[in-house]
Amino acid sequence: MSEESWINAALTGARPRAVGALLRYFRDLDTAEEAFQEACLRALKHWPVNGPPRDAAAWLIMVGRNAALDGARRMSRQEALPEEAVLSDLEDAEAPLAERLDGAQYRDDVLRLLFICCHPDLPATQQIALALRIVCGLGVRQIARAFVVGEAAMEQRITRAKARIAKADVPFEAPGAVERSERLAAVAAMAYLVFNEGYSVREPQLAGDADLCEEAIRLARLLLRLFPAEPEIMGLLGLMLLQHARAPARFNAAGEIVLLEEQDRTLWNRKLIGEGLALIDKAVRHQRPGPYQVQAAIAAEHSRSARAGETDWGSIAALYAALERMQPSPVITLNRAVAISKVLGPAEALALIEPLAERLGAYFPYHGARGHFLLQLGRKAEARAAFNQAICLANTPAEAALIRQHLDKLGEEAGIPG
Amino acid sequence: MLYALLCYHDEDVVWSWSKEEDDAVMARLGQVQEKWVKAGKLGPSLRLLPTTAATTLRKSEDPPLVLDGPFAETKEQLLGFYIIDVEGLEEALAFARELAAANPGGAYEIRPVGLYNADPRTAV
Repeated sequence: MSEESWINAALTGARPRAVGALLRYFRDLDTAEEAFQEACLRALKHWPVNGPPRDAAAWLIMVGRNAALDGARRMSRQEALPEEAVLSDLEDAEAPLAERLDGAQYRDDVLRLLFICCHPDLPATQQIALALRIVCGLGVRQIARAFVVGEAAMEQRITRAKARIAKADVPFEAPGAVERSERLAAVAAMAYLVFNEGYSVREPQLAGDADLCEEAIRLARLLLRLFPAEPEIMGLLGLMLLQHARAPARFNAAGEIVLLEEQDRTLWNRKLIGEGLALIDKAVRHQRPGPYQVQAAIAAEHSRSARAGETDWGSIAALYAALERMQPSPVITLNRAVAISKVLGPAEALALIEPLAERLGAYFPYHGARGHFLLQLGRKAEARAAFNQAICLANTPAEAALIRQHLDKLGEEAGIPG
Repeated sequence: MLYALLCYHDEDVVWSWSKEEDDAVMARLGQVQEKWVKAGKLGPSLRLLPTTAATTLRKSEDPPLVLDGPFAETKEQLLGFYIIDVEGLEEALAFARELAAANPGGAYEIRPVGLYNADPRTAV
């Protein structure tokens, strides 16, 4: 890994903890964010020279806090303080600070930060976008992709959310129990988007990329500990664990995506699957089904099948239908169509997704799935056109490579060199 | 003399370990375990999943109440246990000390076993 990507990965990984702790110090989101940004700038300057600090988050908190305090002092006294002297104390200061941040405290900081991002004055989409930007430090483009909207629209959404939260004069104190559980749904949705972001951008060899999935799982575990009898949080964590369990099988040695059906299931993490299945069992007892529980149940169907051929696609199609009723969305319909194609065949599946062309026109998996159905129906020219469209929309080289395999096969069959 | 070695640690800390850290700890513990297996003193052992996956059946109610989570809300949680067959407390403590060196933090409760039923599935 290059130096720059190592530093970026470390900054991203430390961000929720660092911004959360800085928010606790300053009780103001803008000040906390600015302090963190300042700390990041200094990290980019110092880390390549001095090597990585033992605890990146502790370093950033200390430097960010000192920088913001210096800034405040300078403002009041109109005189500069010796910056380097402050920084030279860091090595001594780091150890005790790291100890104080040990354990559960940083998680309370992260949770507080999440809840403040999920202020009820903000519409749900803005809460999620803001939290992704502030807590997770995702770029506007990444966030836009997770929402399947344009980049400019997302930029505007985040700017508007920040303006509203500034105007709303957010109280620092964490919300009470009732208010908190009302916000839980938004926080859970945000945590799952964080997970999906990690899942979708993941390339096999980059160690830093796995952090997002694991950060989301930790976040979900924390939420479940705070809300231990909330079946949707059990479902959320179960869903994440069951999906993350497949991570070791999702890419081959060449770094290419391996589809679920072709994955070596012996590589799946049985411990994560065991925990995920246990959480679903717990959730079912509450008899309060919700979208996360249904999605976890879908993931569980795959986890329980030792071989792809044993998958109960009928159950999966029924679960997607239930999910569609709870949460109508063209992406869910697309997924149901994939299950339907296994049960009823590609013609039924194609008929189900053709009306989605307009809404999912910019969505990479739509064209990939459509190409598959067309291919199964022997409509090769149309399949090729769909795969070509998918390649144009691929978000990562691995996604593009996956589609190219199908195009190559089509080319071979037609006698055209791949 | 049979002892149970109950492993307590702050779950927040343990489940924050990266896979690499976790693997390293398990490898170090494995070395200690191997030594005691060879000496014929280590019985069954197990590691538990997080308390968020736990359910409690509270028997004080009739019918008993099913609750989410572990029985007790404590800072340190029961994460697993070992069964050892040793001369006495000093040897049990020696085992615990070796484990502690391989995996610092938390605590081991060394508790004499009153009744031991071997796994009936393997006893056949």
